[in-house]
Amino acid sequence: MQKKVSIFVPCFVDQLLPQVAIDTVKVLRRIGYSVDFPADQTCCGQPAYNTGYWDDARPCAKRFVRVFKNAEVIVCPSGSCTTMVRKFYSQLLAGNSYGEEAAAIAHRTFEFSEFLVKIAGITDLGVSFPHTVTYHASCHGLRELGIRDEPLQLLRKVNGLKLVDMARLDECCGFGGTFATKFADISVAMGTSKAESITESGAEFVTSIDPSCLLHIQGILGRKESAAKTIHLASILAREGS
Amino acid sequence: MSTTPAQQFLRDAAIKSADMVHREIIRRGMESYETVHLKGRARIKDWEAARQQCQEIKREAINHLDHYLLQFEEKVIARGGHVFWAADSHEACTYVRDLALRLGVRTVVKSKSMVTEEIQLGPVLEKAGIKVWETDFGEFIVQLRNEPPYHILTPCMHLTRDQIAQLFREKLAVQIESDDPGYLMTVARRKLRQAFFTAEMGISGANFLVADAGVVAISTNEGNGRLCTTLPQSHVIITGIEKVIPRLEDLAVLWPVLATSGTGQGITTYSTLIGGPRQPGEIDGPEEFHVVLVDNGRSRLLADSEQREVLHCIRCGACLNVCPVFRHIGGHTYGTIYSGPIGSVLTSHLAGVKEFKHLSYASSLCGACTSVCPVKIDLHHHLLQNRRNAVAAGSQAVSERLGFKLWRYTMLRPQVYSIAGWMMRALMRMINGLGLTATILDPMRKWNRDRAPVPLPQKSFRALWRKGLGGN
Repeated sequence: MQKKVSIFVPCFVDQLLPQVAIDTVKVLRRIGYSVDFPADQTCCGQPAYNTGYWDDARPCAKRFVRVFKNAEVIVCPSGSCTTMVRKFYSQLLAGNSYGEEAAAIAHRTFEFSEFLVKIAGITDLGVSFPHTVTYHASCHGLRELGIRDEPLQLLRKVNGLKLVDMARLDECCGFGGTFATKFADISVAMGTSKAESITESGAEFVTSIDPSCLLHIQGILGRKESAAKTIHLASILAREGS
Repeated sequence: MSTTPAQQFLRDAAIKSADMVHREIIRRGMESYETVHLKGRARIKDWEAARQQCQEIKREAINHLDHYLLQFEEKVIARGGHVFWAADSHEACTYVRDLALRLGVRTVVKSKSMVTEEIQLGPVLEKAGIKVWETDFGEFIVQLRNEPPYHILTPCMHLTRDQIAQLFREKLAVQIESDDPGYLMTVARRKLRQAFFTAEMGISGANFLVADAGVVAISTNEGNGRLCTTLPQSHVIITGIEKVIPRLEDLAVLWPVLATSGTGQGITTYSTLIGGPRQPGEIDGPEEFHVVLVDNGRSRLLADSEQREVLHCIRCGACLNVCPVFRHIGGHTYGTIYSGPIGSVLTSHLAGVKEFKHLSYASSLCGACTSVCPVKIDLHHHLLQNRRNAVAAGSQAVSERLGFKLWRYTMLRPQVYSIAGWMMRALMRMINGLGLTATILDPMRKWNRDRAPVPLPQKSFRALWRKGLGGN
């Protein structure tokens, strides 16, 4: 029987970056999974949760738990949204009837790269991407989920891909959810420092497991008319072999 | 209408985050910190175990604060010292001022203490006609500039040696021949030496109050702490109640961990233990010895079982040094005594959630602070709890509250969400098409002002999925 996964597509990926989700599906299918997209999903609730509106975030979290109740394994192409489900739901839903189900869902929700490496046990997808790439370690992925090497393991196996380090690769890009607009000056200053590190690395592409960071970084690089482009890890891994 | 701290913060943050000279100075400071900090950590056999142990010591102390403070007090009194429990800044300042006046003090030498900044002791003493000398080199400099410390550990991190030389030329009425750091320190030392010999009172903070031994632990790198605490006739220690630790042996781990986190040193140059006034037969030390235990909102935090661990802080400054927000806006922008991540967490509790909630929001929640905290305070998650408390206190703008109600309504209804998403993309395409990006008519202007616009695809992922992508 074919192995099954359900994908959790963050709302902003659904609305603004559908290609990231398309590429995620493509990679998962290529390695033999059948992919289900529970059509009733919307947002995990993180924007409200992070802004302090826990009472508004809670019904979204409950809804997520209901929508994904029957999913065996949930894969998400975002470290940040995975963090919401895996780390923050237990606190948000503690003490109500959803608590137990939320804890169970937390254990079967995985960020895309950690799913490939740790669960599917695959690092070499046999694809080719003949470009210089630098990796941005996003904060939620790195410090909340402990994802450090998985994306790099995957990137090292891509044919033709030259991986170069940027300075301070684990420093925040300055996105931070509502922080990006509440404190736009600080957010942009942080993003500008990140963009400088990317440019100095000489890479043609900066990649990450977090599309929200990439959206922000692309916004800054675009303004600077920098040669470097952003690309989600899934979009590299969805390329063809050479 | 006067400016609120939040408005001031936004203004100063805009200025500082665009100040490339400032960014370069701080970047250099922080990078050299990073190097020595990593080196220092490598000297400790098991850094994670050391952090764990420090966390446990502080947890024990904070969970039994009443017991350990009373034990400390008893020992100090037995040795002829005085202990004053100050509920707030006013009580603390009044006690010290009245004591100084009673003892006929005209000059005070101060060793570095953030609590004295917190209670604003300096101005109170100056108003009573008492001259106060800051004797820590960095504090001496910011005192000359008439500004608060920029950083809890390195008060003049924001200044270049050239600026310091210029400041000395203007303020010290002496010939300044060079901007060599060693030379500048000699100039300050000469000036301060006179103060040490004339001062009748020394004031210091405390790094730790050791309960079982009844002694105060003070660490300094310049030796000024020892001069402040031994030369003058009276010594006053001003400290927060959270500084108590159970046992003398706890210093075996706390001292090296504090030094490593603060400056990367194995141990601070001068580590001093002080137990009271001069004892019969001793040839030096102060005749009067007073400890002022400052509450000033701390017991309110102690009562909060969810956030109590914020009191574990040993003021090493590590969280400031790794914070990308601090790096871009600098210490003074916070407009608070304690800046950086710990300041943003603490100030809401000590100085009020309504006035200072913006600091809990002025973070990308990256968690770099939490990863370095030597006593393992879950700093960035406390910011989340502060945010929740701010919303629960009803202090947010009506527009934001309504915005999240609308957001919630949408997110609970997939059809409404789909239509709203489609409409938003169509609207944004129109705004961009008409050249109205980042104008007042652009709902995404705060994003678009300094960033290239986000992509606006014709179809969402779910629409594509319905159209055939869904077939496995």
